[in-house]
Amino acid sequence: MTQALSIAGLAKTYGNGVEALRGIDLDVAEGDFFGLLGPNGAGKTTAIGIVTSLVRKTGGTVSVFGHDIDRELEAAKACIGLVPQEINFNQFEKCRDILVNQAGFYGIPRATAKERAEKYLKQLQLWDKREDISRNLSGGMKRRLMIARALVHEPRLLILDEPTAGVDIEIRRSMWEFLRRINREGTTIILTTHYLEEAETLCREIGIINHGRIVERGRTRDLLAKLQTETFELNLRTPIAQAPEVTGYTVRQLDPSTLEVDVDKSQSVTHLFSELAQHGIEVVSMRNKVNRLEELFVRMVEKGRT
Amino acid sequence: MSRAAANWTGLVTIVRREMRRVLRIWPQTLLPPVITMTLYFIIFGALIGRRIGEMGGYDYMQYIAPGLIIMAVLTNSYANVSSSFFGAKFGKFIEELLVSPMPNSLILLGYVAGGVLRGTLIGALVTVVAMFFTPLTVANPLLMILVVVLTAVVFALGGFINGVYANKFDDISIVPTFVLAPLTYLGGVFYTVDLLPDIARQLSLANPILYMVNAFRYAMLGVSDVHIGVALSMTVGFLVFLFALAMWLLNKGYGLRS
Repeated sequence: MTQALSIAGLAKTYGNGVEALRGIDLDVAEGDFFGLLGPNGAGKTTAIGIVTSLVRKTGGTVSVFGHDIDRELEAAKACIGLVPQEINFNQFEKCRDILVNQAGFYGIPRATAKERAEKYLKQLQLWDKREDISRNLSGGMKRRLMIARALVHEPRLLILDEPTAGVDIEIRRSMWEFLRRINREGTTIILTTHYLEEAETLCREIGIINHGRIVERGRTRDLLAKLQTETFELNLRTPIAQAPEVTGYTVRQLDPSTLEVDVDKSQSVTHLFSELAQHGIEVVSMRNKVNRLEELFVRMVEKGRT
Repeated sequence: MSRAAANWTGLVTIVRREMRRVLRIWPQTLLPPVITMTLYFIIFGALIGRRIGEMGGYDYMQYIAPGLIIMAVLTNSYANVSSSFFGAKFGKFIEELLVSPMPNSLILLGYVAGGVLRGTLIGALVTVVAMFFTPLTVANPLLMILVVVLTAVVFALGGFINGVYANKFDDISIVPTFVLAPLTYLGGVFYTVDLLPDIARQLSLANPILYMVNAFRYAMLGVSDVHIGVALSMTVGFLVFLFALAMWLLNKGYGLRS
């Protein structure tokens, strides 16, 4: 299988002595939707910076679709579209000009660049803002403009560094749908995010980075399968005075009408309900309380601290 | 699409963006130098110059006109690149170029070309202003174009290096105020260095601007304080040195890549 991104032994020590990356190895297959997760300062943005040449590595190798960045940097860069964490377009330029110029920097002739700008501004619902000065856009629009800009040269690999930070839920979900679509159409996507729901929803593969090292890597569903316990919140029809003793389950009472129960993977929810019924407790609704990926993430990060 | 064609498109895109910027903010980029130079012509030329009489065998106004034109060229070439490049760095949109496949040499060339175009455009405007005050002669048109372009390139490169080193807006006004302005006024724009005492004349020869002012004056009037060959060689020497320094900074990623 072709590797969209192949990283081996990647290291970065900044001038002030901070070791941001301590030799990470990472492969992302072509067509994948990959999530790179980690707490603040873990090394995500440094890793992305090296791949996109904004940060100089101090060790290791990086290749993008087989182009080694030490030997074929320009070919590697031509394959990548970057949506950075911070707004980084000229806030005094018009939206369409930003896209047309960016296409030009990638060598796309002006006529084609204009067609592409129209295509991606329309896809990201910014076409009616095309003549607006970019600084007048809302926060969500600015994020979408950066996605449109990153796509205007139609890269094979799209890297998004916290693309939905500060974006309201409706726009976030429409951005998810858009990203899923371009991934289905063949664009490989690497995403960093603090919203673990986002990673769980979108990413087929996940890597967790902490203290400059990859601490977990694999298919999202395989990683989630490692979790032994899930926590459910149960809403009761009739208030109760205290939580019942249910053999094999840990039950906590949050309020007279709400219980919280930890359910091990070896146990069944059906059995839990029948046990509760024997105590005269009727459950009217339930929800999985903890975001499973969040739990995995916290566990990995805590493991790194010990 | 060949890499060469792609690079050419990229270069044209930078230059077009630079020129659009100059034209978009024309009250900041085009108007002030024209007003300033008009004042120079009125005060130094028409009012004071009338009492000075001749200099270097020419009417004073005629003598200072080439110096004022080249002064406008060099200050504006410098200012365009330093402010535009630093603005891109400050607003982080320089990253649009840094992540693109454009080689560093073309990024530099694009910014320098923008500076040269603004410098020559303003040079042309100031020339038109000068024609209202004094008859202009051009002894060697080709040499005049060559000197204008070389001077604009030298100062555009200087502005680029200033933009690379600058961390705040103050940093791009310090060099023009405390280095460029004194060197320009002491660079023979308003006088011939033959008027100076020997030691001052020797010191003036260390001033790069002296060579460009005199090369341009030679192209227009046919007179110069230094031999035209020396003036051109010095100008080319400064150009090569500044180009090498700018490329070194870009390749090193100074202030741009962490």
